Amino acid sequence: MNILEVKNLTKRYGDFTAVAGINFAVKKGDVFGFLGPNGAGKTTTINMLTGLAKVTEGTVFLAGIDCVKHMKKAQELMGIVPDESNLYPEMNGLENLDFCGALYGMEKKERNRKAWELLEQVGLKEAAKKPFKAYSKGMKRRLTIAAGIIHNPDILFLDEPTTGIDVESARHIRKLLIDLNKSGTTIFLTTHYIEEAERLCNRIAFIVDGKIVKIDSTEKLLETAQREKIVQFSVDNCILELQGILQQTFPEYKYKVIDEQTIRVYSAEAIDLIPIIEVFKDNSLTLYEAKVIKPSLEEVFVKITGIEAKKMKNEGGKK
Amino acid sequence: MKSWIAFKSILMKDMRNYYLKPPNISWGIIFPFAWTLMFFLRSQTTMDIRSILPGVMAMSILFGTTSMLAVTITFERRSRSFERLLLAPIDLNLLMLAKTTGAILFGIINAFVPVVFASFIVDLTGINWFVVFGSVFFIAVTSTFLGLLIAVTVSEVFEAQTFSNFFRFPMIFLCGLFIPVQKLPAILQPLSYLIPLTYGADILKTAINGEGHLLLGLSFFMLVMFSLMFFIISTKNIKEKWIY
Repeated sequence: MNILEVKNLTKRYGDFTAVAGINFAVKKGDVFGFLGPNGAGKTTTINMLTGLAKVTEGTVFLAGIDCVKHMKKAQELMGIVPDESNLYPEMNGLENLDFCGALYGMEKKERNRKAWELLEQVGLKEAAKKPFKAYSKGMKRRLTIAAGIIHNPDILFLDEPTTGIDVESARHIRKLLIDLNKSGTTIFLTTHYIEEAERLCNRIAFIVDGKIVKIDSTEKLLETAQREKIVQFSVDNCILELQGILQQTFPEYKYKVIDEQTIRVYSAEAIDLIPIIEVFKDNSLTLYEAKVIKPSLEEVFVKITGIEAKKMKNEGGKK
Repeated sequence: MKSWIAFKSILMKDMRNYYLKPPNISWGIIFPFAWTLMFFLRSQTTMDIRSILPGVMAMSILFGTTSMLAVTITFERRSRSFERLLLAPIDLNLLMLAKTTGAILFGIINAFVPVVFASFIVDLTGINWFVVFGSVFFIAVTSTFLGLLIAVTVSEVFEAQTFSNFFRFPMIFLCGLFIPVQKLPAILQPLSYLIPLTYGADILKTAINGEGHLLLGLSFFMLVMFSLMFFIISTKNIKEKWIY
């Protein structure tokens, strides 16, 4: 059963089209990842879905509620965690959670109980009475997520949940999201961290220049990529010369130089290693390592979008 | 959803975070006190104190409400915490009423600080307190919504302060508090009637000294109209500029 249905969603700012008629659906219980580089339209999409940006064209239905016409009604079912922590700096952790619960009409007693429960869950019980402004970036993000789920939303929207925070907090957040999903909350997250999407999401949409270029289950996306066989060789040097020799000897394979000492061989069929090793021997090259590479979502993304994952990560760091 | 819980929480949060902070409490007391003292020193008789009371009260409300609201909303907008309120399932009108109620209360309290000071110096009998309360309330509402309009028009805190003064100072001189509207140059008189404070000040003058020259009903009606206009334009601006 679909909890979120998006049809022909478009956002235009004057002549510029930020989101160009995208279509997708999120099933109840999904962890749906929206993956793309900076400026792809991820945040604009999430803003339209949650009511912070107007929809230029298209429809959005959340649990049967028309979000374009009745956004306030739909917001009752949403938890929203923006890309930057936006709680109140002067208020402490407990007060912030209590306030956020009140915004959703929760009674005082219930807010207090849930706030303490969440503070424990996100590892901030000890810091409950500290002002939010004294929290580290990771702590702030964890509290912002807790604030987004205090009212038990049906769907949680997260915009870049682990960008710019320490490894421990990022791990904590991922575990929290997995637990939350297990308890029945549907999760919609945007990220430019491919590994994060691979680890967390069961369905993924790749968005580039405001358009969805691929959408499928993570399993199927990986399955397609893993049909291809990849073997990586590490040799002492002369990698460019080696690439030429290999191309001439085995034209049925594809090659990619990774760095000065590493080359990858790609084939749709199984790769016969012995003849390749023979070539190394004949050319007096020392082979240090040969390993089978299991294609990751990163390979799928690069193949489909043509955008290097490294570039995307760097952009994310600059954000 | 129980909207009143959200309303109450927003109001209480603003009271704690902004209005009940020591610097703002002291502003609320010192500002009206300074005005009262200034006019007291200039006054020759205690009757003068009573005659300037409507002016000091109106100014205390105007400065208290517009200063606080313009700054708090701009500040929350800058820190993006205002987005949290826009993303909550609360009707925008109710949300803005919750955000402005603190400033209205702050303005009302500010208005009575000079009254307390004056009560030690002059006889305040014969004042129509019912009308005074009504006018203080409506001046506070109108001034707060004017502050709201300023807050949603600018994007920086310093712009809010500058922009507020752009409205406040001409208003003080044109509203008839210190120079009766009838004695202003003929070219300025129509301008006076475009200012909400003119109507508020006139009600206060009528209630305190019996010196007002406009019909009470008309003045209250004009204050309500100005309040509605400022509020509607402000919420329209928010919808257009902040939900982009």
